[in-house]
Amino acid sequence: MSTSAPGFGLDAVWLPLRLAWRQLRAEKARLASAIAGVMFACVLVFMQLGFRSALFDSATALLASMRADIFLKQPMTTASFRPETFPRARASQALALPEVWAAVPIYMAQSAWRNPENGSRRAMQLIGFDMEAGVMGFPGLAPLLEALKRPDTLAFDSRSRPEFGDIRRILAERGPFQGQLGNRRMEIVGLVEIGPSFGADGNVVMSEVNFRRVVKDRGATTVDLVAIKLVPGTDREAAIARLRQVMPPDVAVLSQPELVAHERAYWKNATPIGFIFAFGSLMGLIVGMVIVYQILFSDIASHLKEYATLKAMGYSNGYLGRTVLGSALLLAVLGFVPGMGLSWVLYGVVGKATFLPLAMDSARAAGVFVLIFAMCAAAGLLAMRKLRDANPADMF
Amino acid sequence: MDPAPVAIRDLSYAFGTGELARTVLRDIDLSLAPGEIVLLTGPSGSGKTTLLTLVGALRAMQQGSCIVLGQELAGAKEAARVALRRRIGFIFQSHNLLGFLTARRNVAMALELKPGLTEAERLARAGEMLAAVGLADRADDRPDRLSGGQRQRVAVARALAGVPGLILADEPTAALDRQSGGDVVRLLRDLAKRRGVPILLVTHDPRILDVADRVVTLEDGRIVAADAGV
Repeated sequence: MSTSAPGFGLDAVWLPLRLAWRQLRAEKARLASAIAGVMFACVLVFMQLGFRSALFDSATALLASMRADIFLKQPMTTASFRPETFPRARASQALALPEVWAAVPIYMAQSAWRNPENGSRRAMQLIGFDMEAGVMGFPGLAPLLEALKRPDTLAFDSRSRPEFGDIRRILAERGPFQGQLGNRRMEIVGLVEIGPSFGADGNVVMSEVNFRRVVKDRGATTVDLVAIKLVPGTDREAAIARLRQVMPPDVAVLSQPELVAHERAYWKNATPIGFIFAFGSLMGLIVGMVIVYQILFSDIASHLKEYATLKAMGYSNGYLGRTVLGSALLLAVLGFVPGMGLSWVLYGVVGKATFLPLAMDSARAAGVFVLIFAMCAAAGLLAMRKLRDANPADMF
Repeated sequence: MDPAPVAIRDLSYAFGTGELARTVLRDIDLSLAPGEIVLLTGPSGSGKTTLLTLVGALRAMQQGSCIVLGQELAGAKEAARVALRRRIGFIFQSHNLLGFLTARRNVAMALELKPGLTEAERLARAGEMLAAVGLADRADDRPDRLSGGQRQRVAVARALAGVPGLILADEPTAALDRQSGGDVVRLLRDLAKRRGVPILLVTHDPRILDVADRVVTLEDGRIVAADAGV
């Protein structure tokens, strides 16, 4: 690394960076506080972005877990917890196309669930569909299919909020048991996994017949969503285009990613969630920047004579600037690594407590690293202005 | 005959502008011969330090001509002045060593600006310079473990390490006691003489006048006396 033959090029980066590192290393307490500052910003940004994406993910968990190619919905439906209905006949119409293998009506509504432990009531999301169709991909559903075909049975979402009662424990102790949903006694036959969202604290799934038994005002002729499976090997885009041609304007035809994106956009635009977390991240970055700036600035201020001496020896402003910037970027790396580790641990702890799907993924880690790097670079650039005060002519 | 390493003609310099301008140097003519040691002395405020900073390319020129190591400083750009500084060894009143580096690495900092040296060569040459100032056994100590005289000797080693064409020193003995001050200046003189490097040294200290080839006295910005050294 230290050869510098004709170009002098690598040394122009390497030597200031090495000087920066030696300076940082010399004062352990200051280095520790700087790293703590960067870590703080790092953890804050990770948590904010984690919550943001977890909330959006949870809002769309239900739709994302359906195993269908194309969906029909009412164009006015803004979010799945508040669906507008459309005629069930549209499912049959879709079946008329040769490329459509199955078109499965899905019913959604909310009804009161009575906590079997303490009797309190709370709104629960109900999802009703044909158990034969195989469009719902909820983990745990497959072994319950036969039981769910019996009258007045349902499967409980084990990731529902604990206010609905500890159904998992009761099932483990007593096996299937009677609960109350709406004004009806229903048998809880097992557990599936979906996860709560903004719109629903908990979910239960059941056959469409049982759904209509609970939600009495819903006739069989109107549905909330139709999930379409295509004949294997069919071009999905072409099928969507054909469906759009044949369907009346009371339904919208969407692919699954489009449906999920539509749901996500609702939560993004109709609620301040996106703004709140972006704002929180920004605050974290500003606090981190101020801490790093303070440390770099006071370091220059207390070593003005040494910096001025280096200038007198022929070190350029650019070299010393690279040293300050190098310090900032070293702090970015040194703070990011433990910050990411701590965030990873917190994701586990907080995710358990809030039932939100918090997970560290590489895209977010890379994004946060870029933000932290930019934060430290900005602090370094601001602190560099102090170098101008290191004037070798004033030293004598 | 080599050209003079320092040739100053009709140099004037003022602080401030307009009504508030205060002239600190007037019509200075001064040359250093190769290998010559010149002491610049005079009362406080006589302008000697300002003259030193002008010769050292630390300050932009205003009037007159100052040619240092072949570089005309009148109208010189910042980049040219930075390049010239690399060919000058500076010794300051306080040592100004980097506290977080060992003596050896402080000296090596003067060599990092020289292209074509490997790290091993830099450290080896720094070690040789420290040996030359009698600090071979302290090379791996940080400045805070050295005495005042030892630190100033490290500063001398740093100034000489880059094989400068000129040494500029500003009150190098001011912070030292009589004994170590005398030692440092004589060490500086011996090393410079051996290498043929001229020295321009600003001092108040009458105890070190004997090292000079020539003593130049400034008063109110003018050269009032130029005596051969004792």
